[in-house]
Amino acid sequence: MSVLVYVENADGKFKKSTFEVVSYAKEIANQLGTSLTALSIGNVADGALAELGKYGAQKVLTVNNDKLKSFVNQAYASIISSAAKAEGSKVVVLAASFSGKGLAPRVAVKLEAGLVDGAVELPDLKDGKFTVKKTAFSGKAFAHVELTSAVKIVSLVPNSFKVVERPEAANVTAFESTAAESDFGVMIKDIVRASDKISLPDAELVVSAGRGMKGPENWGMVEELANLLGAATACSKPVSDAGWRPHSEHVGQTGIAISPNLYIAIGISGAIQHLAGVSSSKVIVVINKDPEAPFFKVADYGIVGDAFEVLPKLIDAIKKFKEAA
Amino acid sequence: MKVLVCISNVPDTTTKIAFTDNNTQFNTAGVQYIINPYDEIALARAIELCEGGKGTITVINVGDASTEPTIRKALAIGADDAIRVNAAPRDAYFVAKQIANVAKDGGYDFILTGRESIDFNGSQVAAMVGEFLSIPSISIIKKLDINENTASIEREIEGGKEVIETPLPFIASCAEGVAEPKIPNMRGIMSARTKPLIVVEPTEITKVAEVKSYETPAPRGQVKMIDAADMEKLVDALHSEAKVI
Ligand SMILES: Cc1cc2nc3c(=O)[nH]c(=O)nc-3n(C[C@H](O)[C@H](O)[C@H](O)COP(=O)(O)OP(=O)(O)OC[C@H]3O[C@@H](n4cnc5c(N)ncnc54)[C@H](O)[C@@H]3O)c2cc1C
Ligand SMILES: Nc1ncnc2c1ncn2[C@@H]1O[C@H](COP(=O)(O)O)[C@@H](O)[C@H]1O
Repeated sequence: MSVLVYVENADGKFKKSTFEVVSYAKEIANQLGTSLTALSIGNVADGALAELGKYGAQKVLTVNNDKLKSFVNQAYASIISSAAKAEGSKVVVLAASFSGKGLAPRVAVKLEAGLVDGAVELPDLKDGKFTVKKTAFSGKAFAHVELTSAVKIVSLVPNSFKVVERPEAANVTAFESTAAESDFGVMIKDIVRASDKISLPDAELVVSAGRGMKGPENWGMVEELANLLGAATACSKPVSDAGWRPHSEHVGQTGIAISPNLYIAIGISGAIQHLAGVSSSKVIVVINKDPEAPFFKVADYGIVGDAFEVLPKLIDAIKKFKEAA
Repeated sequence: MKVLVCISNVPDTTTKIAFTDNNTQFNTAGVQYIINPYDEIALARAIELCEGGKGTITVINVGDASTEPTIRKALAIGADDAIRVNAAPRDAYFVAKQIANVAKDGGYDFILTGRESIDFNGSQVAAMVGEFLSIPSISIIKKLDINENTASIEREIEGGKEVIETPLPFIASCAEGVAEPKIPNMRGIMSARTKPLIVVEPTEITKVAEVKSYETPAPRGQVKMIDAADMEKLVDALHSEAKVI
């Protein structure tokens, strides 16, 4: 039987979101009374693979193959589904990452499986059912989706499940790629990663700013604050529409949905479409000069003030805090 | 060039989301429906790529008759014709199967969808259609250009982007950046009424997923206001009370 978890790597390394999915999958395996198998594709060192045991993987299948070093959607989907078949897995878990979002549906079709994309909690297994909570209506609600197919696939939203250590002696074995020649039609020409940037969907802390910042030349303060905190930067839609910030920073109903531990919103009014993408943040701080700004209604901490005065003070306070720590 | 654009019919982005029947049904009372905003981006790019007689665009929707105003809107924006698969969209697997069924003999050079529908946020349909048709699927793209027999695409990845070349045919799901949504003009609105809209019946398949109930997020506690002059207090609260820094 066994639960299968696909462990995504970036340049041969596992990220925190990978350990989150392993921890999540382990808990499902425990509840189902079965074991956990992890599947890695790409060039990951044996040491890193064995480390997956720390989070509960009893078996690690690895496909080390130069052709598969970078993500080839169709080929990866072929391998994941054949590993699920080989392991007799009835549950397959992935991360709801950018690549995971492309993979999970293909795997679902191959395995004729129902898929919940974007789970935020453990499945409810009462009465032998398999019901998963996910965000719906862009963060304005949650849906409880029951999967009724024989094989079930779940992808987990980053930052929604804690990494738990449950050490097992992981047995690392090679797995033969089952990808066909026709799975390699897509060519990756280039991968551009701003290495100094924290990626927004994975970020635990996010500093975000809106039209209240007046213009792109004023983002220095926003970036300084983010750097001090080790946070990713985000923005409202009009800010990316105006080209002040890249589209990849736009959060909200038509941008990225995020659920960091801390979301600091500076000069953002809190329109319903903006809130849709950020309301599942654990703690929200709002800085706005208008005491009537709708964002205050969903904030945990509110500061009424001019961002141009508040931000330098906040930056100083954080510096002091970091020095004292 | 023949292009298929998948459009879903979703509640307007300002809709207050509420549920009835013991939280098992979405309350549609007074809800305005629109083309899913990402699908507008996909449609806009298709129109740009087909401009000057370079191609034709078909839009497809899986939905009951109530979605026709949304389909007509897509025709008004600039699609040439439309297909409606006459079935309430049960789940992404079902929707993808219907689209794949229509597309398999349609000879489309490529198919576009939105990155996700803003109601169920599945981001499943594009890659499922790709798998049903055994063609490449590229999810969450930021840029799309068509060359002779290939497409150049940029896809978003964590902290960056991937530059991809794919052979035709393929399916891609579009995000912001691919194009700016287009507003229909008067001529578009007039001609939309007479553009062909074909209705086809669905094929039945086994159900794999079902929404059992909904839940609205728990309201947050009272906001704590902090004096703008006292940022030490905020930092202290974030550290010792909220424990996030
Ligand atoms: C279909 C659709 C989809 C949308 N999707 C999204 C989405 O995904 N994400 C998104 O963000 N928006 C989205 N929007 C837009 C949304 O409705 C709002 O227009 C947008 O969020 C407003 O951005 P903003 O808060 O930055 O700007 P504004 O609404 O202009 O607000 C600026 C705020 O800054 C404050 N301010 C001004 N100066 C200062 C200062 N010196 N110091 C402190 N505060 C100051 C003001 O009081 C105000 O509250 C969408 C809209 C539509 C119609
Ligand atoms: N009922 C539908 N009919 C046609 N296309 C759809 C339908 N539902 C979703 N899509 C397309 O698939 C994309 C992703 O939807 P989803 O996988 O539901 O998030 C949407 O942006 C649409 O382009």
